[in-house]
Amino acid sequence: MNIPHLLSIIVFTPVVGIIVLLFVDGKKHKFIRWFSAIITLIVLILSFFVFKQFNFSESGVQLVEKGMWIPQFNIKYFLGVDGLSLPLFFLTALLSFLACVGSFGIKERVKEYFILYLLLVTGMLGVFVALDMVIFYIFWEVVLVPMYFLIGIWGGPKREYAAIKFFLYTLFGSVVMLLGILALYFTSNPHTFDMMEIIAQRATFTRNFQIIVWLAMFIGFAIKVPIFPFHTWLPDAHVEAPTPISVLLAGILLKMGGYGFLRLSFPMLPEASKYFATFFAILGFINIVYGALVAMAQKDLKKLIAYSSVSHMGYVLLGFASMTQMGYIGGVLQMFNHGIITGALFLLVGVIYDRAHTRDIYAFGGLGKTMPVYFGIMTFSCFASLGLPGLAGFVSEFLCLIGAFSVFKVIVIASASGMIITAAYFLWTLQRMFMGSENERWKDLPDMSGRELFTLIPLMILMLLIGVYPKIIVQVMKPTLNYLVGLMY
Amino acid sequence: MNPVLPVLIFALPVLSFGITVLIGRYFPLKGASVGILGLVVSFILSCVVFYQLQVDPTRTIDLSVTWLDFGEYTIDLGILIDRFAAVMLVVVTLVSLCVHIYSLGYMKGDRRFTTYYAYLSLFTMSMLGIVISNNLFQLFVFWELVGVSSYLLIGFWFERKPAAMAGMKAFVVCRIGDFGFLIGILSLFVATGTFSFGALFGLSQAGAISSAVLVVGALGIFFGAVGKSAQLPLYVWLPDAMEGPTPVSALIHAATMVAAGVYLVARTLPIFSTVPQIMEVVAWVGGLTALFSATIAVAQVDIKRILAYSTISQLGYMMLACGVGAGASAIFHLSTHAFFKALLFLGAGSVIHSLHTNDIREMGGLFSNMKTTATVFIIGALSLAGFPPFSGFFSKDEIMVSVLESGHVWLYWIVVFTAFLTAFYIFRLIFIAFFGEQSERSKHAEESPKVMTVPMVVLAVLSVVAGWIAIPGVGPGFAEIGGFELHHLHINWSAMGTSFLVVLMGIGVAWAIYSRRFVESRSIYNTFKPISKLLENKWYVDEIYNFFIVQPVIFFSRLLFAFDMVIVDGAVNLAGWLGVRLSKFEGEFDLAVVDGAVNGTAWTARTFGRAVRRIQTGLIQEYVIVASVAILALIIIGYYLM
Repeated sequence: MNIPHLLSIIVFTPVVGIIVLLFVDGKKHKFIRWFSAIITLIVLILSFFVFKQFNFSESGVQLVEKGMWIPQFNIKYFLGVDGLSLPLFFLTALLSFLACVGSFGIKERVKEYFILYLLLVTGMLGVFVALDMVIFYIFWEVVLVPMYFLIGIWGGPKREYAAIKFFLYTLFGSVVMLLGILALYFTSNPHTFDMMEIIAQRATFTRNFQIIVWLAMFIGFAIKVPIFPFHTWLPDAHVEAPTPISVLLAGILLKMGGYGFLRLSFPMLPEASKYFATFFAILGFINIVYGALVAMAQKDLKKLIAYSSVSHMGYVLLGFASMTQMGYIGGVLQMFNHGIITGALFLLVGVIYDRAHTRDIYAFGGLGKTMPVYFGIMTFSCFASLGLPGLAGFVSEFLCLIGAFSVFKVIVIASASGMIITAAYFLWTLQRMFMGSENERWKDLPDMSGRELFTLIPLMILMLLIGVYPKIIVQVMKPTLNYLVGLMY
Repeated sequence: MNPVLPVLIFALPVLSFGITVLIGRYFPLKGASVGILGLVVSFILSCVVFYQLQVDPTRTIDLSVTWLDFGEYTIDLGILIDRFAAVMLVVVTLVSLCVHIYSLGYMKGDRRFTTYYAYLSLFTMSMLGIVISNNLFQLFVFWELVGVSSYLLIGFWFERKPAAMAGMKAFVVCRIGDFGFLIGILSLFVATGTFSFGALFGLSQAGAISSAVLVVGALGIFFGAVGKSAQLPLYVWLPDAMEGPTPVSALIHAATMVAAGVYLVARTLPIFSTVPQIMEVVAWVGGLTALFSATIAVAQVDIKRILAYSTISQLGYMMLACGVGAGASAIFHLSTHAFFKALLFLGAGSVIHSLHTNDIREMGGLFSNMKTTATVFIIGALSLAGFPPFSGFFSKDEIMVSVLESGHVWLYWIVVFTAFLTAFYIFRLIFIAFFGEQSERSKHAEESPKVMTVPMVVLAVLSVVAGWIAIPGVGPGFAEIGGFELHHLHINWSAMGTSFLVVLMGIGVAWAIYSRRFVESRSIYNTFKPISKLLENKWYVDEIYNFFIVQPVIFFSRLLFAFDMVIVDGAVNLAGWLGVRLSKFEGEFDLAVVDGAVNGTAWTARTFGRAVRRIQTGLIQEYVIVASVAILALIIIGYYLM
């Protein structure tokens, strides 16, 4: 059975939830929590139906919904998924549900929190299925607003600074990106915001035009990824954001940048992309090694993981810059894997922060004996993150390196040294937090609760599954990414 | 041969691992039974595979399945079971089984007993994975997995800080090697489109791969081996790894995992042999490692550390053998070493278990109270020293002959001198720990339980007889058994005589100093004080690394973080601050001109309020407006220009 308008239904299900929540008494915390969790669960279940209706051997966009929205400007309501967006769309649905369950610990202004949360979910889902640039831009901005409030109201001590920094920084980026979008609109003939049509017209864009537009979009996406030196909003936002929001920030929001490169910049502006490829790969190297080194210097666990995200996203850049099949697949897979692995790591930071009310790595020590289950899951996730074979991160990092090695030998060799630093800072963290003699101060901390395990176990299963049998997800993305690589030549 | 057999050998430990981790505590012996049972079957199957291939070498299996398909390229998983792999399967499963059983006694009562057995299964599975791989990619995967099981087991007693630090050090130092390994794999793959041993050997022998790629590939692979097999300059993790439980040291850090580097180089020797300059590197690194670590072993007092430096030294022998192209000798020595070094470690474990100390000076006269342990330990020591007819004698002799015949005279004499040191340091240990006056601790020493002594006796028997296959007329020679290219079997009497002589000298000197005390060891120490200090402190290599590598990296990372905060983020904040100034200025301008005639009393409060409000709420809207206007202007300009 095929559900018509499935994508629209999924994207706007949270909005229905918001409308219902508006009429609910704000004091009914339990209802609001469970209701929101059910809404995101429905989103997750429906996203499985997308897989069911999706033809894995086709490279083009599917489950298309297309209609004229504002005919005067040729703006369309155009949604669809392909092998590039589907993994990220699914990741969004999954993390939204898990982080929603993870949000049950929110005690203040519960109703507002979940309303904003659901709005955020709609925005994120929309970004990955919008195929008209105006709709894309709208969803892109819809993500920004609830994020600003979620950090600014429910965040840590410096939340206002972090929130406004996040907002202004990314807004600045998206405004510049909008400039690029408008330039594409005015240059295309007939004027259109339809991504597919613009890709079809890519040969008509002059090289200089491509370079200018590429740079404009680059700023928008680079801030989101984030690419050095546009990354400093990230540690601040992460440190202040409440746990579930950190999960979405790292798990989904960063992916919007990488997705933007592969959805817009690269296929629409192939000349410019090739022109900047080496530059892009060098940035990848800087992200990997710089991010890892700065992560090593951190004392705050959350900041450490934030910088490790900067490092891991470097592999995505490296993979994309290679413009090879393996590099593209590696890059998109790395985005997906980073979402589940870093999502899990942020959830784990939340676990200890809820108990100890500190994230200072040096304040712990000897936790391994007190919280063995927590220790085990943390070790598992850290090893996934440092690229242990058999777990997800290794597959994608390996593919990125191999794809890029055929093009940028020296850059790849330099980047691969990041694997040593990454191992060092993760193991050093485990040693400082968990090993050594038991710490009197923490010896009464309870081990993980059922709800916490519930949010982490699915992510661990995915890490193992993708690590052992990556085909399960690679087959989804392969035809589309092959096609996108083909567009580059 | 039926491919189910080797797959099952590998799959059983995988299964044991899964069961032990999830529900191990509900099984007999707190989960140990699962691992042991699986391993017994794996061992029997390994013997079957070994036997079948001895009878009919053509029954070699080389099978692949596609793991990831990229059209142009594929990444495959597969198994390669030839006589070489079969030897390794038997050695690994046998030593692992001995250690599994021995640990029942050694780890009895440990609070994480079940976890310990789960880790052992994880290790065994990964090690078998290395052995059966038919391609570099899969080998790398399991290569990293043995690394992680090693990390987990070294740091098994993580409450003790040295153990925790040692685990971390082991993993990170090995990762330095793995970085090189990865680069080697990448360069070979990108040049040839395959990871498979068969294809890579064929292409490299046929001259189809450029020499630059081969150099990078071989050097990279060797770099990985240097890390795992604890060669110069990456050996520093292995002595520290002795913080792990002693049976683990026997299995992982003596018999199997550390030998994986040698296995890797021996396996990929067809690639190495096309780049003679890299072969020279391998030979010299091996030879120098053998000598260097033997000198350190001479001056140590921790029983496990002596054995650890000895292991490094012996691995150097094997690497040297690879470097002169004698893969068969390397693997022969790997196998005999696996038996006698595992035996020595289990013996040491038996002593530690009884005395609760690692310091040989606190032992002494142990023989009378621990007769079985002492006897098997001496057998292991004779084998290590290379005393005929113990197994180490035959395998070491083959290496010596290979080195001599390859024309490396310098390396030959290094090996000979190392053989002297080896005999000396191990008998120094024996005379101090097992003979002479009984120490306070030794008086209360008790022999370990049967569950520990029986595995030792099994290994002791093997340490004696395993070498006999090399005696002409008795056995077929190791090259035949391992399926190596046969180099003509002959005995080099002068080399054999030299080696026997230096072994006797080594034992004799140790006897003279530590048993008969003709010379007081203290006075030797004082006479050569600078050298003694240097050796006692392990040439200060750890200190040098810490000062020149570890601390600078940590300092550099803090420096970069400061740069990130002050410069990169500073620029962002500066931009933000300028924005705020701008809006404030606008706010003041607004006040002065428009609200100029406002009542004086209210003025101060209102100025303050407005200025603040401007910053807090007005900023975003204003920014959007400014940005939008700017964009509109740009669009209009751009539109007219294009």
